[in-house]
Amino acid sequence: MRPSTFALIGGVIAAPASAATVTVTIPKQDVAEYHRPYVAMWVEPVGGGAPRTVALWYETKKTGKDAGTKYLADLRAWWRKGGRSMTVPADGVSGATRAPGQYTVRLPDNLKPGQYVLNVEAARETGGRELVTLPLTVPNPNARAAGKTELGAITLSAR
Amino acid sequence: MKPYAIRLLAATALIAAPAVLSAHRMWMLPSGTVFSGTDSWATIDAAVSNDLFFFDHQPLRLDGVKVWQPDGSEGKLQNGATGRYRSVFDVELDKPGTWKVATQMSAVMGSFKADGVEKRVGGRGGLPRPGQPAPLTVADIPANATEVKLTEMSSRNEVFLTAGAPTTTVLKPTGKGLEFAPVTHPDELVAGEAAKFRFLIDGKPAPGLKVTVIPGGKRYRNDEGAMNLTTGADGVLTVTWPTAGMYWLNATATDTKTTVPRATERRMTYVTTLEVLTP
Repeated sequence: MRPSTFALIGGVIAAPASAATVTVTIPKQDVAEYHRPYVAMWVEPVGGGAPRTVALWYETKKTGKDAGTKYLADLRAWWRKGGRSMTVPADGVSGATRAPGQYTVRLPDNLKPGQYVLNVEAARETGGRELVTLPLTVPNPNARAAGKTELGAITLSAR
Repeated sequence: MKPYAIRLLAATALIAAPAVLSAHRMWMLPSGTVFSGTDSWATIDAAVSNDLFFFDHQPLRLDGVKVWQPDGSEGKLQNGATGRYRSVFDVELDKPGTWKVATQMSAVMGSFKADGVEKRVGGRGGLPRPGQPAPLTVADIPANATEVKLTEMSSRNEVFLTAGAPTTTVLKPTGKGLEFAPVTHPDELVAGEAAKFRFLIDGKPAPGLKVTVIPGGKRYRNDEGAMNLTTGADGVLTVTWPTAGMYWLNATATDTKTTVPRATERRMTYVTTLEVLTP
């Protein structure tokens, strides 16, 4: 009860916060050689404007030659939409790859009200690559979608 | 020993020439065009063949291949090797931005009649035949020659590689001959999206220029799959990529604005290999 009331009030008074979360499922893969996928999530204003990366999961342990950053460009759409000009690691955005399961990521509080597209892209070593997009309304997001191979159910909701 | 060395030099020049002259296509195929970070290496195959991108005819000689760093200065071509069918070399992309790997060739071809005998200027292409005399050059044309017909040929073959965010310093035209002045960055091509490339001749937009775009993987399909396109009035070519993959682009132009004395025609070729990614 309380969180939703809070969100409602917030939206009415000054609309300061997007107060949104995205829940992403990384599916289990029935394969001989499994590596956790690289995942990038970013939001783009519908009317055009700068894309903003909200989460990036990649191999952070390896450094030096053949570091995990070498394969960031395999997240092709994200790479073109801003990944290539981003410095990693990025505070509050980037982190290690995740095992199969369900994860909740909080979208930035300072997203201005409006229409956006949330992009979720996953690329897996010796596996596939998938891009799923969802409509994102700030405030009060509410959308679901699902990937077919590299991504499972994705849900956008108000906190 | 010295004449041998000279003959060798002449031989290399000869092998480089057929790419300009014959129907065979010269191409460079990079291992990738979009790279993350500054620890990456690109390795490039270079060959002359009919089917793209299969090396089964002649290697592209590396003598004229140069590497240009994102700041426009010359870079290093490493681990170069030339085999029977292809050359291969590496470029260490140790600086962020867009790199250019390019080769430029020029030659004068033609014929003249002297004392009633027709003679050719420039090589015919193919491997130099041992024991055969070196081809005649413009300097060999005698004073009493008649029916002098000379064509000036020039060609550019370039590929673009980007580490991190793309830059445009290496795309600056020189204002000489046929050049590629892309509006859409050549390392930002996506299937289903239209790309725009401007072509220039002597620095000015080239309207009505014929451009052929052919997807790689010829062996595994029946059709050549070539897109025959023409630049608009502003010299801009619009290409919509049907699928992701490597594409070979070839533009040719002929005019009479020669720069070599006695040449009556100028033939210019531009070649690049473009990588198109999935959306």
